[in-house]
Amino acid sequence: MPGDAIIELCGVTKVYPLPAGDVVALDRVSMTIGNGEFVAIMGPSGSGKTTLLNQLGCLDRPTSGDLFINDRNTREMNDRELTSLRLNTIGYIFQRFNLLPLLSAYENVEFPYLMKHRRPDSSGRVGELLAQVGIDRTMATHKPPELSGGQQQRVAIARALVNDPQILLCDEPTGNLDSVTGQQIMEMLTDLNRKGRTIVIVTHDPGVARYAQRIITVRDGRVA
Amino acid sequence: MKDIILQLSLRSIRIHFLRSVLAALGIVIGVVAISSMGMMGANMTLSVTEELSKMANIVVITAASGSGGGPGGAVGGFGGGSDEKISEEEFQDIQKIAEKYGLVYVVYRESDRIKVGDREGRSTIYGLDEDVMRRIFTLSDGAFPKSTASVIVGPTLAERYELKVGSRIKIGDEDEGVTTTVKVVGILEERGMSNDINSDMAIIGSEKLFTGIYGNEGEYNQVNLILNDINDSQKARTEILEKMNRKKTRVNVQDSSRMLESITSTLGTMTTFVMAIAGISLLVAATSIFNVMMMSVTERVREIGIMRSIGAQKSEIRRMFLYESIVLGVVGASIGAVLSLGIGWIVVLAMVGSTDYFFLPESLLYIPFAMLVGIAVCVLSGVYPAWRAADLDPVEALRAE
Repeated sequence: MPGDAIIELCGVTKVYPLPAGDVVALDRVSMTIGNGEFVAIMGPSGSGKTTLLNQLGCLDRPTSGDLFINDRNTREMNDRELTSLRLNTIGYIFQRFNLLPLLSAYENVEFPYLMKHRRPDSSGRVGELLAQVGIDRTMATHKPPELSGGQQQRVAIARALVNDPQILLCDEPTGNLDSVTGQQIMEMLTDLNRKGRTIVIVTHDPGVARYAQRIITVRDGRVA
Repeated sequence: MKDIILQLSLRSIRIHFLRSVLAALGIVIGVVAISSMGMMGANMTLSVTEELSKMANIVVITAASGSGGGPGGAVGGFGGGSDEKISEEEFQDIQKIAEKYGLVYVVYRESDRIKVGDREGRSTIYGLDEDVMRRIFTLSDGAFPKSTASVIVGPTLAERYELKVGSRIKIGDEDEGVTTTVKVVGILEERGMSNDINSDMAIIGSEKLFTGIYGNEGEYNQVNLILNDINDSQKARTEILEKMNRKKTRVNVQDSSRMLESITSTLGTMTTFVMAIAGISLLVAATSIFNVMMMSVTERVREIGIMRSIGAQKSEIRRMFLYESIVLGVVGASIGAVLSLGIGWIVVLAMVGSTDYFFLPESLLYIPFAMLVGIAVCVLSGVYPAWRAADLDPVEALRAE
């Protein structure tokens, strides 16, 4: 295992049992992602990109094989430990933004902070992050449905960064945005990578993938 | 600490306000029903207990049949109308045994014809010591008798025969030619049901007046013991029976404590039964809360997926839904508690006829009790939906529309 590997997959297989027969979404995938890398995962629809990202984000467990994050085998972790890993080490950015509709933009960003620290943010980190992604104080009081897609994705990026994670996993982060906003978001992610964050981005847009240092192609559940 | 999970629960209730109000309404009805029924039972028990307690401190000693007491002729009244009498000697023995427990006194009793003006009828005539009369009776009008020709009468008798202080009553059968005319000098306050002396429909005179009419001096119909401490009832009864009936059965002893216990127990059972029926309304409320919570979980599957994906533990998801059901329960139960004060008061007034005991702790206790039951029902109704929400697979939940 490379010394600077932050994520390592060893023969990871994910099978979805369905009444019509088992579906192999990932088939013995092995790969390594180094600390501070910017990796794009590409592939056609249904190839297993999102399944792979869910594995990397510890949202799902492999049917077989091992996934190491920071040299720790996630197979040996219970649900509580996996959730803590998601909270402390991984930041997730979704195509559909996935903000909590009952909370304001500020509260959405503060939510993971509260889950981690068990106290409100008194350091001003939430406000700072929102300012960095271009959300002003007034906008921060708005609920997600009152914000544009671009604004929602900026809030989602701030939320993903609030606990200072080592890894940022992005599932088609620009998929629901216009090209100008999409470009701004990608520049933001590039900047975060420059500051040392590992970024794994799932996309089928070559324009997005060009920001990455390395492209991993997934086809029929296998890394090509 | 700002509890974001509680905030999410409160906001969810707020955006589904009507649905939440309807669910809480079930709890309101349940709490009102249980507490009102409980308070009704408690007020009924308290009312009956106090009524019966008035005579629960009385132990009545009568001669056992075949005990060989003096010749009789007495009829009617409490004590079974036994012809047997308690002799002066037996009374002295009883007094020796029982005087440490309270006041011991003898009662002469006879049923006879009476005539007031043109109106004729029957009444019980009691002969009592004048000091005893003062201790056990309260007058609503007039004074206690000072001569052998004066009597006091019960309020029911006074009302029936329109007797007033100064009225005269002829006691005895005119056809037999032996009558005694007495003057009413006092009218008693209503005493209600009692097992020692039923004074409401009676004429009460001195021992001298009684023995002057009926003779039989020193042969008593009953001996009463008024206990200083109601808790001595069993002890006094046992001691009198043991000592008086050592050689042969001479006396019977009756106390009211067993009857009181039996009636209180029956009322308690009845209250529990009525409360259980009222509790059915809480079951209906539980179904409604369960339904609302399941709807809430179904509607928020995606939200649960988001929360799990960004690091919320299962316990936090569970807490979010449990908070929701607790808030519904606490709000519903609190409103129910406030309404119970009004509705319970009306129910007690209508069913018991008196609200004298309504604000006693024994009665009001049913409000926090019903609140706790209401809240517990809500929490229990929320447990399964909360558990189900926490157990959702994050990936599946994120896929939900």
